[in-house]
Amino acid sequence: MNLTLRIWRQRGPQDKGRMVTYPIQDVSPDMSFLEMLDVLNERLILSGEEPVAFDHDCREGICGMCSLMINGEAHGPQRGTTACQLHMRQFSDGDTIDIEPWRARAFPVVKDLVVNRNAFDKIIAAGGYITAPTGSAPEAHSVPVAKNNADAAFESAACIGCGACVAACPNGSGMLFTAAKITQLSLLPQGQPERYTRVIGMVDAHDEAGFGGCTNIGECAAACPKGIPLNTIGRLNRDYLKATAKRAGTPGS
Amino acid sequence: MDLYTDGDPIADTRAPDGPIETRWERHRFEMKLVNPANRRKLTVIVVGTGLAGGSAAATLAEQGYQVKSYCYQDSPRRAHSIAAQGGINAAKNYRNDGDSVHRLFYDTVKGGDFRSRESNVHRLAEVSVNIIDQCVAQGVPFAREYGGLLDTRSFGGAQVQRTFYARGQTGQQLLLGAYQALERQIGLGNVEMNARHEMLELVVVDGRARGIVVRDLVTGEISTEMADAVVLASGGYGNVFYLSTNAKGCNVTASWRAHRKGAYFANPCYTQIHPTCIPVSGDHQSKLTLMSESLRNDGRVWVPKAKGDQRSPRDIPEDERDYYLERIYPSFGNLVPRDIASRAAKNVCDEGRGVGPGGLGVYLDFADAINRLGRKAIEAKYGNLFEMYERITGEDPYEVPMRIYPAVHYTMGGLWVDYDLQSTIPGLFVIGEANFSDHGANRLGASALMQGLADGYFVLPNTVANYLAGAGAFEKIDASHPEAVAARTAVEQRIQQLLAINGDRTVDSFHRELGQIMWEHCGMERSEAGLRKAIDEIRTLRDEFWQRVRVLGDGEGLNQSLEKAGRVADFFELAELMCIDALHREESCGGHFRAEHQTPDGEAQRDDDRFAYVAAWEYTGDQPVLHKEDLTFEYVHPTQRSYK
Ligand SMILES: Cc1cc2nc3c(=O)[nH]c(=O)nc-3n(C[C@H](O)[C@H](O)[C@H](O)COP(=O)(O)OP(=O)(O)OC[C@H]3O[C@@H](n4cnc5c(N)ncnc54)[C@H](O)[C@@H]3O)c2cc1C
Ligand code: SF4
Ligand code: FES
Repeated sequence: MNLTLRIWRQRGPQDKGRMVTYPIQDVSPDMSFLEMLDVLNERLILSGEEPVAFDHDCREGICGMCSLMINGEAHGPQRGTTACQLHMRQFSDGDTIDIEPWRARAFPVVKDLVVNRNAFDKIIAAGGYITAPTGSAPEAHSVPVAKNNADAAFESAACIGCGACVAACPNGSGMLFTAAKITQLSLLPQGQPERYTRVIGMVDAHDEAGFGGCTNIGECAAACPKGIPLNTIGRLNRDYLKATAKRAGTPGS
Repeated sequence: MDLYTDGDPIADTRAPDGPIETRWERHRFEMKLVNPANRRKLTVIVVGTGLAGGSAAATLAEQGYQVKSYCYQDSPRRAHSIAAQGGINAAKNYRNDGDSVHRLFYDTVKGGDFRSRESNVHRLAEVSVNIIDQCVAQGVPFAREYGGLLDTRSFGGAQVQRTFYARGQTGQQLLLGAYQALERQIGLGNVEMNARHEMLELVVVDGRARGIVVRDLVTGEISTEMADAVVLASGGYGNVFYLSTNAKGCNVTASWRAHRKGAYFANPCYTQIHPTCIPVSGDHQSKLTLMSESLRNDGRVWVPKAKGDQRSPRDIPEDERDYYLERIYPSFGNLVPRDIASRAAKNVCDEGRGVGPGGLGVYLDFADAINRLGRKAIEAKYGNLFEMYERITGEDPYEVPMRIYPAVHYTMGGLWVDYDLQSTIPGLFVIGEANFSDHGANRLGASALMQGLADGYFVLPNTVANYLAGAGAFEKIDASHPEAVAARTAVEQRIQQLLAINGDRTVDSFHRELGQIMWEHCGMERSEAGLRKAIDEIRTLRDEFWQRVRVLGDGEGLNQSLEKAGRVADFFELAELMCIDALHREESCGGHFRAEHQTPDGEAQRDDDRFAYVAAWEYTGDQPVLHKEDLTFEYVHPTQRSYK
């Protein structure tokens, strides 16, 4: 099939950037979206134009590196699918496709379609873990975990940290990402001791990193390729309330 | 041979002796320690944030060392370990099905076709149990049974169920556990994290590894980072084949640069070809996707009995199907080790019985399992893999059998290390897939995750301490040291050279062509004539690369073509060494199958009298020099591997 691509080109953080139109011919429906961009880039190089920079690594929907706004939708039109797993059979001959980077205050553009998502790491560093230094662990079977809790923890742990939720959110909020980790760890017995310090640390880091507040719009969950549900945010909010109440009180109260 | 010269034998001088069960324990006791107050004064560089590097960096920081950590992705959480699907082995024997440390040790030595070190493998089996404890404590959501205890399943090359898993995302969950531990240390200021940084050179001063040269991939800035020890955890080099199951960025550069600086490269030709991957769909193909080996627990592999049978698989009656793994290997059936399953698939396709485009595929069929267990149960076990398959191929594997074909997946070879995981350059340690240590000529499924975490959490932190404590005072040196300046200048010159060629071919076109040469001649089956041809072709193509490659832009900012060009340049050099290694090893073992050396029924024929050694290659700039490390087997007697 033949397509018209309109791609965001931006030389660097200081450049203003603009959409540039590239026609592309003979696209196979079996190509992945990124393979289609590879083909375009090969042609650009041979014609002396710098290739389009875009992030990707695993191309299996698991590393969370790819990050494309495709026709205004984070990761494109197919539900539950990252851009790297999107295949061209989802498009039709003659289509025009807009390709842009994630746009959010907390994710500044580095070049073309590449953004800086370091803010996510900062949220994790502020409490998204269970403190268990190497060598200190008890025998794995000493603490059973109810299967439904383990399964639910897994569902939230499936987040790949791609940032589609932020890009889709009109407020540029990172609450779904934050809530996914909070939910995973608070469902496990191992996560209880730090449950309330964790939520405060992570939410504070989230706000400091320049993400917007959550006003329950729900675009995040609709865009999430891993199906992280919106109710994780409710869980985060409940824990946060309890935590702030505890913080006001004295230890042990 | 005309392609290399023989050097002195090499020995693992750190290898302990005595009863195998007590070796690691005793060795650990005999190692020197660094006093906690002194640890803060010592800096360790860790290149890579996968299971090996992430766990090592976190653990070293917990112990009090200053750690500098590097990865090329935008976050340490994205290291390629994230993509591992199936599971991690551990000798917990929770199933009471006869497993033990000794059995895991035995299976791994046998699975590796008797080309690994007994002491190393035993240590791996011992610490496997600690890994599971550690990961559970971190909140890794492993699959559990209704009673709340951990679930396990079986994997290839084993008759017990010792593989722990988190649905089809085991690597992701284990890596996030290590990543979170690492982020905690970053937050505490004990680890300086440098994401989007690529190591391009090793700095060796007075014979010791003392630093690295890195390029900031965003600003293009080149800097020299100094330390008291350097750890490489930079993963495997399967992407030398261009098409593989590895992430696009996986590369050999860190290892290869160290090799050029004096670290020996061991068994480079040992490559694992994974039997169950989604077949190639066209010339645009940029990578291959693995369908986890765990699928072989419930899926049955077959092809039509008749050549060129074009019927749809559901129209082929039972008695016209050949479940060839079950037929040839009745006791292991669909769960034979990977090398055997891959070659069997190749053989039936070579006979003209392959299915799908070009006849390069075999069926992996779940119809029986769905009938027996119900669709729900299959969904719960493999749902995400089935979805992935459907997204890529447009076919629904609940309805039609999957089509699969072997693809390059893992590299058993890597930098040579001793029992302490130290390379031939003092102060340079190598862990995870980047070293060669534990899998011999073939790695068993679910054992790479085990090895990466064993190295990073439990082995390296001890052995690095021993080195730091025993190496004597470290001269304080900085980036102005002549060796550091020379390394940096070399990096800058190479970048300028790549940018200046401005030829007429893209980096990818060269990489693709190199991959084809390697797949054709150094892939599932190798022969003397083919390997010699490959070496000629690689040399010609490499010369062409340095004359005709086109890298646009400059080195001053993000330039993905430049990154690729540097990696492909190193792959060219590695490719030649792989072929030389494959050519010199005139036997078949594990993943290395030489057409000239097979049993009458087509199985790999080892030659223990001549080749029971590790081939450790020294870089000279001219012909490589071969150093042999003899392997001895005291506990597992080498036999012809049989899975029949
Ligand atoms: C699709 C797939 C599925 C798999 N499934 C399983 C499984 O089920 N069970 C199992 O046991 N094994 C599995 N494996 C194998 C296993 O995942 C890997 O062998 C293992 O994760 C490697 O870990 P590592 O830490 O050594 O390296 P990696 O995870 O590859 O990490 C390498 C790190 O090095 C960094 N790096 C590389 N080069 C440079 C450089 N020059 N400069 C700076 N940084 C650099 C990268 O950024 C990255 O952080 C699978 C592999 C694949 C491809
Ligand atoms: S919550 Fe979903 S969209 Fe957001 S980072 Fe995680 S996987 Fe991506
Ligand atoms: S490239 Fe890894 S998720 Fe898309």
